[in-house]
Amino acid sequence: MTSHFLYSLVTGIFVGGIAGYLGTLMLLKKMTVAVDPLSHFVLPGVGLAVLMSFDPSLGAFASILLGVVAVWILETKTKLPTETLIAVLFTAGVAIALLIAPSGSLEEIFTGDILLIGPWSAGIAAAASLLIFFVLQKIYSKIILMEISEDLAKMEGVNTKKYLLVYLIALALVVALEVKLVGGLMTAALVAVPAVTARLLSRNLRQYAVLGIVFGIVFSVAGILLSQAISQPAGILITLTAVTVFMVVFLLKSLALRKS
Amino acid sequence: MSPTILEIKNLTVELDKEKIIDNFSFSVQQGDIVAILGPNGAGKTVLLRTLLGLMPFSGQVSWLKPLRKGYVPQRLPLVKGIPITVAEFFKLKGIKNYQESEESVLRSVGLEKGILKRPMNLLTPGQYQRTLMAWQLMSNPEVVFFDEPMEGIDVSGQQSIYRLLEKIHLEKNLTIFLVSHDLSVVYQFASKVICLSRNLVCAGMPKEALTAEMLGQLYGGETKFYQHHHD
Repeated sequence: MTSHFLYSLVTGIFVGGIAGYLGTLMLLKKMTVAVDPLSHFVLPGVGLAVLMSFDPSLGAFASILLGVVAVWILETKTKLPTETLIAVLFTAGVAIALLIAPSGSLEEIFTGDILLIGPWSAGIAAAASLLIFFVLQKIYSKIILMEISEDLAKMEGVNTKKYLLVYLIALALVVALEVKLVGGLMTAALVAVPAVTARLLSRNLRQYAVLGIVFGIVFSVAGILLSQAISQPAGILITLTAVTVFMVVFLLKSLALRKS
Repeated sequence: MSPTILEIKNLTVELDKEKIIDNFSFSVQQGDIVAILGPNGAGKTVLLRTLLGLMPFSGQVSWLKPLRKGYVPQRLPLVKGIPITVAEFFKLKGIKNYQESEESVLRSVGLEKGILKRPMNLLTPGQYQRTLMAWQLMSNPEVVFFDEPMEGIDVSGQQSIYRLLEKIHLEKNLTIFLVSHDLSVVYQFASKVICLSRNLVCAGMPKEALTAEMLGQLYGGETKFYQHHHD
């Protein structure tokens, strides 16, 4: 039990941090359209993995890679209404997952199971998180510039299609890593909530990115500790911790603004 | 006469299978201030983006030597979602083309150094527009494209930005493309004018190209007024 706890804690620290960091890019308006279909597109993959008893992260990564390619093509090649597609992908993802998942395994698919994390997967999660961190750090300012204006980015010689693809693949990897921690249904919790919380508190880009990482780590570690204490799935507790902290920060900030 | 830097021949640009610019030819000399004039939806921005290589086209757009270009897009929405300071915004440009200090560029657009620490979302529209200009001037461009630089700026702010443009133009022998629908601006600043409207293109020196008849055609209703007047 203690070693399992340690593995899940290591996974939580690294995956929480990288998810928070990625989330600070994802909050930007153009990218948010990609989050939803992607995070829900992991479900059939996870379902299949549970059914055939291989690593859920692998299943998640495989199916989300499909989603990434779909979104990338849509973003760069067509003018289809993205919202419509989100709805289609989301419902398709959930339906397929429900269809193929063995009975009794739904909770595992939706909320994750940190007890599945062994030394190997903790090590891989840590290594992958570091790798993604270095890649994201390299493309971070380019993505921000693309967000401010795609024309300006192009004028500066930024290959916007390439960066979008790199970014989406990083997103696929992070969501796949998250699946064990929070399950397939709540991946947005560790990506979006640290970033929105960080945004409330930061005045510049640097603070925003650092706080995103810090909140990602804090939320996942707090969730894992709570899960040990009250024996509930870590995924649920990570999500609830994240949302609670966000709401508290939001309220405090609103109060502070009203006073000033 | 200054050397020709841009040669446009038989330029045609289509957007959703509709011809926005049809068989247009024009040339630009170094140091020209080219005003692009026309009512909303006439394709002014399309022409600008085409010249910048941001849009597909047929025909010929040849820059006669490689030039550093700067672009201040129209109504670039205030950066609201991203907590980013002016200094950080400048950093996004990358250091490669960095030729002048931030301070001197800021001074040339009439901003104080202190603005570097301010978040972009707290800038006034005027400060924001000047910041965008400074961002472009940072890499010491030889040609600058402004798409309606005065949108959302009050009249006194507009005057000082135009004075600023003139100053930079003189100091650096910049070539400037300026999209506008403000006629007085064209007469005041431009050495050349391109007017765009559906199925109508005029081009040349402002005083010659912008005849009353041409203006009437360009802005609709007035045509009748002039014809009526002559009867």
